[in-house]
Amino acid sequence: MKRFFDAELEAFRSHLLQMGERAIEQTRLAMKALADADIALADKVIASDDELDKLEVKIDDEAIRYMTLRGPVASELRLIVVGMKASHDLERVGDEATGIARRSRKLAIEPRLELYADLPRMANIALEMLRDALDCFVQEDEQKALSVIRRDPEVDNINRLLYRRLTSYMIENPDTIARALELMFISKSLERIADHATNIAEEMVFLSKGLDIRHSDIGKQTELPTTGSHPPA
Amino acid sequence: MVTTLTPMPEPVAPPAAPRPVAVAPVAPVNPAARAVIEIDDVDFHYGASKALHDITLNIMERQVTAFIGPSGCGKSTLLRCLNRMNDLIDGARVSAGQIRIDGVNINDPRVDVIELRKRVGMVFQKSNPFPKSIYENITYGLRIQGLKQKARLDEIVERSLRGAALWDEVKDRLHESALGLSGGQQQRICIARAIAVEPEIILMDEPCSALDPIATAKVEELIHGLKKQFTIVIVTHNMQQAARVSDRTAFFYLGKLIEYTDTRTIFMNPANPQTEAYVSGRFG
Repeated sequence: MKRFFDAELEAFRSHLLQMGERAIEQTRLAMKALADADIALADKVIASDDELDKLEVKIDDEAIRYMTLRGPVASELRLIVVGMKASHDLERVGDEATGIARRSRKLAIEPRLELYADLPRMANIALEMLRDALDCFVQEDEQKALSVIRRDPEVDNINRLLYRRLTSYMIENPDTIARALELMFISKSLERIADHATNIAEEMVFLSKGLDIRHSDIGKQTELPTTGSHPPA
Repeated sequence: MVTTLTPMPEPVAPPAAPRPVAVAPVAPVNPAARAVIEIDDVDFHYGASKALHDITLNIMERQVTAFIGPSGCGKSTLLRCLNRMNDLIDGARVSAGQIRIDGVNINDPRVDVIELRKRVGMVFQKSNPFPKSIYENITYGLRIQGLKQKARLDEIVERSLRGAALWDEVKDRLHESALGLSGGQQQRICIARAIAVEPEIILMDEPCSALDPIATAKVEELIHGLKKQFTIVIVTHNMQQAARVSDRTAFFYLGKLIEYTDTRTIFMNPANPQTEAYVSGRFG
């Protein structure tokens, strides 16, 4: 049976997806500005962060309104709660993208260091994770969500590797410290973006299964425990 | 004054094979609780029409169990089976299965139905105080049982009215007519009357449907307090009420039990799509 306020839930869902798309695009453009030393593009990314902030506020407002007036339960309640959490993660992704854009703006006017190669690879993985996590939102596919969660250590490893390499590089070439530090922060930002993708994937498992897998080993497993009702016999 | 049903001499049927139990996403409410009412494969007929199909569920001691479902789903019929109120309707009968309270089949011809109703009290949708004083409303059942000592009756009246959170409101007019009270107070008089005879189980058939939100909140508060002492089964059309007051919820549809689990699971993550549709108002 259709209800007169079903459209509100659809709007909420589509605003969250729109926010996800924007966060992915911001990160992609920030990385492009870094690779191409494109200051104008970096400025554009920095200026666009405002849109993501506004979307977060809008999504929160819609969620609170829906909870107040429509009394959601079951999967609807999970959708609203997950939507609020995921929009917060996406807003943070936007902040990280802005940070990358600011740093790439600084780096654009300096001679280029040779350690860029790992960053695009890291960004690609983080963005794929984010895209897959958002796909789960549409498809309610918890297997895909679990595969996102299992990829997070890959990004963590690259970040650690890069940290070690940049540290030795700075010791050997003290005149590059300022630039190398910027790269280190960019690497950290990408690692954080992958963490936010992981959070969103965990939230998607809660959305589809009602199971909270944060801070547990469940996300590392290939199968989730069965949920559902049981007779109290 | 706890009365006991006559235990059946024949051995109790061996327990059915355990059902496959899925892992609950949350810990079940007080898993150590004892099943005080066992409903086993019950069918119920009104004449030729079958109103309940193969209902199996256990009601746990000192918990609130809510029965929800659309009108005509059988929830009130099942509630009335629990103290044999349906005996009063011609052609109405439990046609298969068993309902046991503390292990005793309540439909056994040897069970005294008056004794049963002393142990299983009932509060109805429309408050129905007797056209008598507040005091007489509470003592009516006790007098029928032959209790005459005034001091003892006074004591029970005070305890029951306190139990129904009504004492402070009516203590100075105990001998005025109960019909002069507000709707919410009348409903709490009926609850006080039900608990005066010290039942084990209280059945409530939409006890708040005729009350305003403040009176409803008082009755819900009362239900929450009463479960320390009584096992409560409540039929309600108000989904939020079921969510607020009950520990377990059973969803019925077309005379069948669709899902029965912790209230939190029913409202957070129901296993059955029909339950999900009903609790979120998408039914039909």
